[in-house]
Amino acid sequence: MRAGCVPLAQFQDAFARALLAEPAEADDCVAALAAQPAFAVYRNTVMKGCVDALQANFPAVARLVGEEWFRAAAAVYARAELPAEPSLLAYGGSFPAFLARFEPTAALPYLPEVARLDRLWTESHAAADGPVLDRSAFARLAPESLGEAVLEPHPAARWAWFDATPAFTIWSRNRDEAAADGEIDWHGEGALLARPVGAVRWLPIDAAACRFLDACALGAPLSLALESALEADANANLVRLVNALLDAGALARIRLPD
Amino acid sequence: MATALTAGLGLKPAHYAEARDCAAPGLWLEVHPENYLVEGGPRLAWLEAIRERHPVSLHGVALSLAADAAPDAAHLRRLRALADRIEPALVSEHLAWSAWRGAYHPDLLPFPRTAEALDRVCANVSAAQDALGRRLAIENPSHYLALDGHERGEIEFLAELSRRTGCGLLLDVNNAFVSAANLGFDAEAYVDAFPADPVMEIHLAGHSRDPALGERLLVDSHDAPVCEEVWALCERLVARIGPRPILVERDDRLPAFDELLAERSRAHALLDAPLARAA
Repeated sequence: MRAGCVPLAQFQDAFARALLAEPAEADDCVAALAAQPAFAVYRNTVMKGCVDALQANFPAVARLVGEEWFRAAAAVYARAELPAEPSLLAYGGSFPAFLARFEPTAALPYLPEVARLDRLWTESHAAADGPVLDRSAFARLAPESLGEAVLEPHPAARWAWFDATPAFTIWSRNRDEAAADGEIDWHGEGALLARPVGAVRWLPIDAAACRFLDACALGAPLSLALESALEADANANLVRLVNALLDAGALARIRLPD
Repeated sequence: MATALTAGLGLKPAHYAEARDCAAPGLWLEVHPENYLVEGGPRLAWLEAIRERHPVSLHGVALSLAADAAPDAAHLRRLRALADRIEPALVSEHLAWSAWRGAYHPDLLPFPRTAEALDRVCANVSAAQDALGRRLAIENPSHYLALDGHERGEIEFLAELSRRTGCGLLLDVNNAFVSAANLGFDAEAYVDAFPADPVMEIHLAGHSRDPALGERLLVDSHDAPVCEEVWALCERLVARIGPRPILVERDDRLPAFDELLAERSRAHALLDAPLARAA
């Protein structure tokens, strides 16, 4: 059947399917096209575009597993899940979950978490600009109203707690050429990525700081956010915790409820 | 002509600082807007810093104007926001499709140029121009497949599209050369027949052979310098239609900025030649 003999939508359904299928499986209206050797240019370009984007978006994962292995795994993912939007920076939102299910990486339990950190980096990199709160902001509030005040995380701040693996240490060593090497203590850890100005920066944070930021992101007043931090770690030094987050550029504003 | 742009260069992040600081007269830069649809951060800051010193062109690859579906409204809104921020000298797209039923295929896919397709592409280009508040230049893509359902030639299709929507055209001379070689038509005849008035921009790029896919197949790989045959076609075109903004594209195997700038200087000189000025 000639390609122009079917409605455009039917042609596009068949062509899109043929891009990801074996040539012999092509629908009638594109069978003659899919059988041409040059059809491979389209297959290759689509797959290369997806795999290149994943490699750019998940550089620490690629470095850990090696480029060849990464590209093979990325192709498996891409066949199952093409980009949902044309901004390829956004591609791979479910790649960490894919790695968690992917049989060949079952022996690397930290790999999905490293992928999640790559993803958080991208989110931070592309997030809106915003003001950075400094320590002096607290001095301008009356002490008795401090407990009601709400701290807003910076729009480019991202954080996560990894209970079972030192995912942050592994990630940062594979993200930064100059990072230290040597033995890794095998324990859970947290990560904060922030972009107060220019490029994304990152640092380890503890479970109390992660819980504190979670509460702030939900709009909880400072008194409740500090309680959350103490639930995670009864011995947390709250002043030091808040100052560290301020210094990292993780907080944008402090406001009193209306 | 609405614009006095001469020769420009495709902009890659590896060359941000050199491009910003480059003092070559008339230099303008072209980017794929899809890479800048972010809410903030260093990418956008770089683009704005470059825009402060040079005209910028937005060359889209993802509006999927030849899909049998309206262009994505959310994508158009984000593009509009970027265009309002950058105030581009040119905005362009392709006669191709890529997004289809919620999946984006990172390529410029072919379709049978039927009357139905022409109606659809006209509607999509008009919708995109309205949403963006700007005239689009639509580019001829590279072809690889002998597709037997065409009711119109590509030039006839593009000319009618321009007549019906008021859109401009972008003639990619390398694409014409690659398509001519792959499909067996005459590249000079194609360039000679291309309607002159709507041409808002000319693209030049390098291509490569892929022997794995057939001895004669050329691939529009943007990974090599512009070849002499394409330069000759470009001179022939400019001699006929007069000077238009020329862009040198390079996306892969990126050389040093100066090397690209030298290619761009050749395009700049071509536009300044007596033949071009007499046209």
